Amino acid sequence: MKYVFIIAGILLIVLSIAAGLIWVERRLLSVWQDRLGPNRVGPFGLGQVVADTIKLFFKEDWVPPFSDRPVFVLAPGILMITILLTFAVVPFGPDFYVFDSNIGILFFLGNSSLGVYSIVLGGWASNNKYSLIGAMRASAQMLTYEVFMGLSLMGVVMMADSFSFCKIVEAQKGGWFFIPQFIGFIVFFIAGIAETHRLPFDIPEAEGELIAGYHSEYSGMKFGMFFVGEYLGITLISALVSTLFFGGWLGPSFLPPVFWFLFKTFFFICVFILLRASLPRPRYDQLMELGWKILLPLSLLNLLVTGAILIFLK
Amino acid sequence: MISILRSMWLTFLHVFHKTETVEYPEVKPYLPPRYRGRIILTRDAEKKERCVACYLCAAACPVDCISLQATEDEQGRRYPEFFRINFSRCIFCGFCEEACPTYAIQLIPDFEMAEYDRQNMVYEKKHLLISGEGKYTGYNFYKIAGVEIGVKGKGEGENEEKPVDIKELLP
Repeated sequence: MKYVFIIAGILLIVLSIAAGLIWVERRLLSVWQDRLGPNRVGPFGLGQVVADTIKLFFKEDWVPPFSDRPVFVLAPGILMITILLTFAVVPFGPDFYVFDSNIGILFFLGNSSLGVYSIVLGGWASNNKYSLIGAMRASAQMLTYEVFMGLSLMGVVMMADSFSFCKIVEAQKGGWFFIPQFIGFIVFFIAGIAETHRLPFDIPEAEGELIAGYHSEYSGMKFGMFFVGEYLGITLISALVSTLFFGGWLGPSFLPPVFWFLFKTFFFICVFILLRASLPRPRYDQLMELGWKILLPLSLLNLLVTGAILIFLK
Repeated sequence: MISILRSMWLTFLHVFHKTETVEYPEVKPYLPPRYRGRIILTRDAEKKERCVACYLCAAACPVDCISLQATEDEQGRRYPEFFRINFSRCIFCGFCEEACPTYAIQLIPDFEMAEYDRQNMVYEKKHLLISGEGKYTGYNFYKIAGVEIGVKGKGEGENEEKPVDIKELLP
């Protein structure tokens, strides 16, 4: 019975954060662009979330006749499922997690690799040139960044001596990992942005070039799932950054641990949105160059140095 | 790398900037007195219609949105029988105001004239005619010049000279 409550609680928190981000992102972007943003529906425009959700539900859920129907319907679900499954291993508090897997990080990496399928299949099943180009870009980008996303976490794994998120958080009681693993943190954060294909790495969507990339043909709640999936991805990467590098639920004890975790997560969500507000989209070859020529050697170097120091200290 | 962080920081500093947004229905923007908005027909100080139905506004209108019909009262004063402006066509260029010899037609600082029905955009004379003088007060065309219609005698206007006696030889 306790697990049902925990699962329901985590789902509630995660999905309401993801839905609330619709409003948060628009308001924050407008603050950084000297505008006001949506402030008409309800207090501070908070009703915008409800209004947008109702709008998405009542839109025509149209499947184009030229599409590959079963795959087209399946694709947005894969994205949601892989991201929501990953939240199962993220510890929201000392006793507030669905299960503590001893391969937690591998579980996350595997799920995020599966997430690529959602976009590739969605772009492929749309049977549309722009969607296909978007899907191709997405797959190349996400595979590239997957490589050193995993490598950048290995430093943390070596320091904590475990793949389990709970053990990693407990290992940070002496000091958060973002100081010894600063390069790992930077590389993981950049890879995380690319993995959720958020701006400035929104090359798969690139509305200036590809209309909306892989989800051009999607409408109604199927588009809504891609949309919320993107926000879920942001939440996930922010949660993981705060768990792996900023001590997760650790914090001064005058507030409950869950609060510290959510506070750190929200901070990184804001950084994601700030990135969107300030940076232009790189060219495709620049993205690949950054990945293979700079970030991959950097994460390998980080791995090497961390390993050497750990052996030296033993 | 430095430039990326710098641009993020500069974007963040916009938190402390003033917002540019004017929340329109609650906060009305300032419109200068010579703003070209809704068109009105004005009256002179004696509350008589200024319009003399000369058709110059209709001729000047580049989109042909003004239509009117001239008529005369028993004193010989010309006035429009009907005066119709189709605001769904009007481009608010102000040419009619420039063309008007009697300051009758004027554009005022008001633009809130949206309608759900296109037909309601057609304003008749009763909608256009106001009771005051509009932007230019104290001007009465018939007192300056023009024909005799009971406002002034012939040649007694402000800028008028007495009529020349064509049978007189003196210069």
